[in-house]
Amino acid sequence: MINEIRHNCKSDDDCGGLCCTKIENFGVNIGNIKILENVNVHIHCGELTAIIGPNGAGKTTLLKAILGELNHTGELKYVDAKGIHNGDPLIGYVPQHLDFDLGSPTSVFDIFMACRTNIPSWIFKPRSIRTRVEVSLAKVKAEHLINRKLGTLSGGELQRVLLALALDPIPDLLLLDEPVAGIDHNGLELFYSTVSELRKNYDLSIILVSHDLDLVARYADRVVLINKTVVCSGSAQEVFSDERTAKIFGMSWYKLGREIKLPSDNYEGDVKC
Amino acid sequence: MLDWWYIIVDVLLPFHWMSHIFMKNALLAILLVTPLFGMLGTMVVSNRMAFFSDALGHGAFTGIALGALLGRIQPIWAATVFSVFFAVIITIIKNKSKSSTDTIIGVFSSTAIAAGLVILSYGGSFNKYSSYLIGDLLSITPSEILMLLGAFAGVTLLWMISFNKILLVSLNQSLAASKGINTLLVEIVFTSVIAIIVTITIQWVGLLIINSLLVLPAAAARNVTQNVRQYHCVSILAAIVSGIIGLALSYYWNTATGATIVLVAAFFFFITLALRTRFTA
Repeated sequence: MINEIRHNCKSDDDCGGLCCTKIENFGVNIGNIKILENVNVHIHCGELTAIIGPNGAGKTTLLKAILGELNHTGELKYVDAKGIHNGDPLIGYVPQHLDFDLGSPTSVFDIFMACRTNIPSWIFKPRSIRTRVEVSLAKVKAEHLINRKLGTLSGGELQRVLLALALDPIPDLLLLDEPVAGIDHNGLELFYSTVSELRKNYDLSIILVSHDLDLVARYADRVVLINKTVVCSGSAQEVFSDERTAKIFGMSWYKLGREIKLPSDNYEGDVKC
Repeated sequence: MLDWWYIIVDVLLPFHWMSHIFMKNALLAILLVTPLFGMLGTMVVSNRMAFFSDALGHGAFTGIALGALLGRIQPIWAATVFSVFFAVIITIIKNKSKSSTDTIIGVFSSTAIAAGLVILSYGGSFNKYSSYLIGDLLSITPSEILMLLGAFAGVTLLWMISFNKILLVSLNQSLAASKGINTLLVEIVFTSVIAIIVTITIQWVGLLIINSLLVLPAAAARNVTQNVRQYHCVSILAAIVSGIIGLALSYYWNTATGATIVLVAAFFFFITLALRTRFTA
């Protein structure tokens, strides 16, 4: 409940740029190999920050480090506008649907029960919890899926169910691991428009680990290019028009960044790319 | 101690195969053990741990060998301690090294079984222990049944408390971690429970087939169920029914009870496999 109240901001001031999540000096070693070092990212509330990078750049590692699954150096800090809640952010995580065991006889309701309660759903299925789950699913337009087995959902449907799961309770930081494949175009559109809507309504900080630069260009407020460390960060245009991006992803993205002449191209402030 | 049970059986099952005391004991043991196997099996199968639980059985065998070596009358406690230790070690190693876990499990599993065989065959006295390989359910005593009752209560309670966490870890580790679950701890608790159950039942069920009893009922249930409740019901029911039918058949056929039960369970599996398409539509 506390989380929901905190995110119901009365004025812009409450939800201003002061609230943010800071990734400070993250480093991850696996064995003797440095996978990530010196990663610094600030994510402002209400912004969608996309993490891009070539294969093996450490995107998934960064995600797992943020989740606490991998040991890391450095700190993850959450600071809210009024200093009511500082410290560890509450994290919501949407995994790739392909990482799921889809043969498992588990219904959408079962997975909600498993995440939200300690009541074993093979014995009890309380009505009150069912109602709450229906409300959660309605947020992502998926209330009709409550009794379906996970394996029978389409990629897009499962992704929305997982989003509803990550938003319950409303997190400080939402991590999206974008699907590489298996979701049709309409499913992706619906997913990202839902995410965009929720971002505004709940003032969410979102980190999207992305493999699809097209979507990044359309939905991300900020883009961070990583390759072992942060190579550059800024708006989509800034990052895509950077030479280092061209080296990593090829010329077509470089050109796109150059062609779209935006005011930000003349911006002379703190542009890192 | 079990007179009440013998009376109930005489009234409810007035058949020839149920007229002996050892059959009545075996039936009670089956009614306590098979639901546990059906229950634990659901998550063994969901976690793709069929091979892993086989290794746990081998660890239990080594544990029993070590228990026998230490020379106490009841080697069961030494065996339980060792097999839990073994389970914890391979769970941790499996988690630390993401690549080719099956090789690692295979190495531990074969080392364990070889060590067990070497210890038990030392001095040429292996025949005494060969029952651990095939199992002898009909030799179970009332006090051992009481121990099973304790295990039954303990595991059922634990399953009610920690099932949600185990389910979430089996579905997606990262998702479980994001919900604040210590995934390694959950896995260790789960594998330790399996190790304990396997260790205390191995002398009646037998090392060679104990894993089948853990895997088959759940694998059968998985074919035809849509949610967690159905999964549990069908798995537990398949395990119990296989147990009872297998016991009766082994009496008339004069065969090893554990193996006969497994054959019945396998029969159920193939039936559900054939029915699979009807339930997934």
